[in-house]
Amino acid sequence: MSVQPATSSLPLTRRTRFGEIGLRGICGAAVVILVVVIAMLIWEVAHGAWLSFSTFGLGFITSTDWNVVTNQFGALYLLEGTLLTSVFALIIAVPTAIAIGLFLSELAPRVLRTPVGLMVELLAAIPSVILGLWGIVVLGPFVATEVEPWLNQHLGFIPLFSGYPSNAGVLPACLILTIMMIPIIASISRELFNSVPSELKQGALALGATRWEVMRQIAIPQVSGGLIAAVMLGFARAIGEAIAVAQVIGSHNASPFGSIFKPAATMASWIATQFNGTATDLQRSSLYYLAVILLVISLVTNIAAQLIVNRFRKRIGGRA
Amino acid sequence: MSSVVTSPFGSPSRRSRRRKMVGRMMEALCTLAALAAMAVLILVVYAVFRRGASALNLNLVTEVPSTDAYGNTTGGIKNSIIGTVIITGIATLIAVPFGILIAIFNAEFASRRTADAIRLVLNLLAGVPTIVVGVFIFGLLVVGHGYSAYAAAVALSIVMVPIIARSTEEVLALVPAQLREGGMALGATRARTVVTIILPTAVGGMVTATILAIARAAGETAPILLTCSIFANQVTLDPRQAMGSLPMTIYLDAEQPSQYAQHQAWAAALILMAFVLVAAIAGRLLSLRSRRRIEQTR
Repeated sequence: MSVQPATSSLPLTRRTRFGEIGLRGICGAAVVILVVVIAMLIWEVAHGAWLSFSTFGLGFITSTDWNVVTNQFGALYLLEGTLLTSVFALIIAVPTAIAIGLFLSELAPRVLRTPVGLMVELLAAIPSVILGLWGIVVLGPFVATEVEPWLNQHLGFIPLFSGYPSNAGVLPACLILTIMMIPIIASISRELFNSVPSELKQGALALGATRWEVMRQIAIPQVSGGLIAAVMLGFARAIGEAIAVAQVIGSHNASPFGSIFKPAATMASWIATQFNGTATDLQRSSLYYLAVILLVISLVTNIAAQLIVNRFRKRIGGRA
Repeated sequence: MSSVVTSPFGSPSRRSRRRKMVGRMMEALCTLAALAAMAVLILVVYAVFRRGASALNLNLVTEVPSTDAYGNTTGGIKNSIIGTVIITGIATLIAVPFGILIAIFNAEFASRRTADAIRLVLNLLAGVPTIVVGVFIFGLLVVGHGYSAYAAAVALSIVMVPIIARSTEEVLALVPAQLREGGMALGATRARTVVTIILPTAVGGMVTATILAIARAAGETAPILLTCSIFANQVTLDPRQAMGSLPMTIYLDAEQPSQYAQHQAWAAALILMAFVLVAAIAGRLLSLRSRRRIEQTR
């Protein structure tokens, strides 16, 4: 203290301490605002749904009405539409996406991995409204003239696949959701398969296993937890997709289980098509109620996926 | 010889031939799946290019939409192009500082447990359906004020923040510890090290994170549908007013029976898709490059 000139050291420490606290403070404030925004989001949506919730209670979920004249609103058909389209999309997307993940991590020649992986990711980059436009003009008519007559002819004994073909309906919505889900699950599963220690794979190969046996018996079981999380993230994406579904599904409050050729609606697509033309406060509040249900499902799915991933990371980290 | 070699996967005989065949078949199926995904991408991109290119002309980008004496849509989509630039621009101005500050806090200041919690919150925000974000901003900024560009921008910024924050944090984590320790050893404070050493090293990564977030936000429709979907047929620069946007134009025009509106929708789709794909490709290639560069400094 006596050696250093006090004039230069004191302001400097004060200034640096100020900078230290300042930067930390600004960054911390950004985090606080992030948390506040999420709290506001939850509060705002719940607040908007309150009128509908106090009128219909939980019976909203089991009621099928959506009648502006009698002011009766219920979400059952929309819930069915959301679940049917998402599950249908999962059934096609999960095996396809995992196969793509395996191809990109185990099979593809090294020069092809980056470009093919990039193309799969670009599929996720196409705006959903453009996918929906393509769905209306190209996919819908194709499904109506080619796919649905074929399904009706061969699987028509199942009610789901019977009825007259139509351009707008549940089936094109399922296919659009499949297209959206595949890149999400594929790129996560590629990362997962890449994380499997190569000693394990090579050990199995050395023992005479074929490449497929390595994938099925080593790679997939190693990362099964992560794969489940990837599937859940894809599912969360599908139930929340509003625009592309609204464009192709025909927007009709009807049960999708009658026939997947007919128009129906999902909760998200129903909000998109109804929100700007609400006639009564109760109707708008019921749309908020749908948003609450969507929010709850997506938050629960995401948290569960996150927990699985974290546990999985720890396991992998512990081994390595 | 075949009786001597015992493989845990069965004796090499008819069984092994079958195993090989099954293996080939499954490999072919995996390849087929990748080809199918690429085929869908090519189909969509081709459809948009073919239909969009035939609809696109100079008038379309230099004129605003209008209605002729018979009530048919004519004119162009100039207002939507400018609107998308403004809305996405404001959203970027909001989201970039937030995203980067959150990432810095996570990477440099937060304890491990806090960082995990914040990461969870970011992932949750990223998982909120965009239509719900639209409902939220409708209740917060539209009720009582009407549709506006800034409401749409705020909604888009909520979509962008988690993208920017997560990828910036990843890049910050890649900055070699030696650089950080070097700064500290020279007597710099943590804040000074962050500002003068870590951020300049990671700036490339932050730029690519921003590009990817913009690519995502420019095409988002659901938040705009509930915050800025009714707009005048003219160019507005005032963010307090509603403006047209490319996603909204595609969504609204696609539902119109008029041939011309369909043309406009495809032209708007072409412009939007070209921008989004170029940004997405550029962002990904840049991120590969900047990662490699940071790794080289190790």
